[in-house]
Amino acid sequence: MSPPSRLSIATVVVMTVALGLVFFYAPLEAEQGFLQKIFYVHVPLAIIALCGFVAGGIMAIAHLRTRDPRWDMRSYVTIHMSLIFAVGTLITGSIWAKGSWGHWWVWSEPTLVSFLIVFLLYATYQPLRFAIEDPERQARYASVFAVTAGAFVPLNFIAVRLSTAYLHPRVLGSTSNLPSQMALTFLVSLLGLALLFTTLCKYELAAKHARAQLRALRRAAAEREGLTGGENSGAHARRPRSAAPTQYPATAMTAGSPGRPTV
Amino acid sequence: MGALLLGELPALPLHTAGKYVAGAYVVLFAIVLIYVAIMSVRLGRVQRELGELLAQSQERSEAEEEA
Amino acid sequence: MSTPVPQTRPAPAAQQQADTAAPPAQTGTLSTVAAILRKELLIELRTLESVPGMSLFALTTFVVFHFALNRNNVDGDLAAGILWVTLLFAAMLGINRLFVADADQGGFDGFLLAPVDRSAMLLAKALALLAYLVVLEVVAVPAFALLLLGPPIGPALPGLVGVLALGDLGVAAIGTLVAAMAVRTRARDLLGPLLALPLLVPIVIGGVRASEPLLVLGHTGTPGARWLLLLGLYDLVFGLIAYALFDFLLED
Repeated sequence: MSPPSRLSIATVVVMTVALGLVFFYAPLEAEQGFLQKIFYVHVPLAIIALCGFVAGGIMAIAHLRTRDPRWDMRSYVTIHMSLIFAVGTLITGSIWAKGSWGHWWVWSEPTLVSFLIVFLLYATYQPLRFAIEDPERQARYASVFAVTAGAFVPLNFIAVRLSTAYLHPRVLGSTSNLPSQMALTFLVSLLGLALLFTTLCKYELAAKHARAQLRALRRAAAEREGLTGGENSGAHARRPRSAAPTQYPATAMTAGSPGRPTV
Repeated sequence: MGALLLGELPALPLHTAGKYVAGAYVVLFAIVLIYVAIMSVRLGRVQRELGELLAQSQERSEAEEEA
Repeated sequence: MSTPVPQTRPAPAAQQQADTAAPPAQTGTLSTVAAILRKELLIELRTLESVPGMSLFALTTFVVFHFALNRNNVDGDLAAGILWVTLLFAAMLGINRLFVADADQGGFDGFLLAPVDRSAMLLAKALALLAYLVVLEVVAVPAFALLLLGPPIGPALPGLVGVLALGDLGVAAIGTLVAAMAVRTRARDLLGPLLALPLLVPIVIGGVRASEPLLVLGHTGTPGARWLLLLGLYDLVFGLIAYALFDFLLED
């Protein structure tokens, strides 16, 4: 069984167990009752998104040091997935706020506010990449952004937390002082979502790799066509808008550059 | 114990809270499903292109054999 | 080695320095920074394309705030907020223009050919931006005191100057890095502010919270230490990050 399949199975198993624990094992919380169950999906999403953004920054450092386009690919995928998880955090947090306080948005919850700022920052990542044609420069500038933004994430949290500290008590509850049953449920949920994140990233990387190999194949076929003066112009017409530059070898081992990220 | 706990629940009625909890978990579910859908569309595209490339290379080898 | 006076706009001082001198070793970083900074400030003095625009924008924004909030004077946290938001948006104008001349007229290429430490450009540009911000504040803060501020500015000034200085350092570091990132992309005027504003939110938080007690009606308080610490830490971290990453942006 290939590693991605093993990972998927582990993900399914752990997430199912987590769901079971959430609804059949974890006790009802005293203050918020059933609504508190959102905690088991909202907080793990938040933690994993944050770790993902920082990990993306670390991969970007690796890319800048080694200039290996595979690190850039990994950094891009990790940041993209973290952004999706961040949107999930915002939506689930908003639902929780509506249930708790009757408003879809509360400024007094520092996690939500920090995530809003982080989301606004990383939402510029893809426009930045799209705005640079040259693939090598695109990867380099994206890495610079990823490192800056990755360092920004923890500092932003500290700053926002400081600014809301003495205004209101925490609205949505914290992870400290959890009774052991809740703690176990929380940890299993965290593990399940972390596995989900990793599985989705691996599949995304595999898909990009496959597309890069396809592009290389098509280019090789077109070159052979050109040499023999081929009549078949199908390959030429469908050349992608940003073919990978020749400096990235189109062998089976390398993944090539991300090029247009949503191809 | 459970009955005691249920008796202690706050003002929010259970059926209302249930809607929000369900909503939050549906969001997670939707994220994963949308992702799967996008991946399957891409897979279809990759399969189509592979098929075309294969057909092209077969055509060319036939042409070379004739020549 | 003489520091040449730039005759035409795009002539990078560093290249002329390399031409006239011909030293075998790398030109010292400090003298490079000084040369580039001198060029920047001279160009700004002659063309006046950034600072007057920024100052005018700040003044106009104060007028807009008067009508938008329908207030004759503000104090406390409202005053701190208006001042910082206005300064921030005016700074965006300066950040957008910071590298435009270099990108459009080949200044980057000339600089890259010279045997100098590339971070010198970062330092020089950041210092230039800092200078623009200081001039901006020299205009905007008295204007604010005149137009919108309720309590007298006198007792608040020393503390305010300190807080603004801390904030300016952070804006200069992040602004220069973001400007260099955005200038050679297709949507440079849009991407600059979009990248910079979230990164500058902690500076707004620290700056406004620190300025608040200075601008209250009645007793002028002192800025809270935690906010000054936040500003200082933020400036330090992003100053270092900008210094480490700037080279990678110039590589072409």
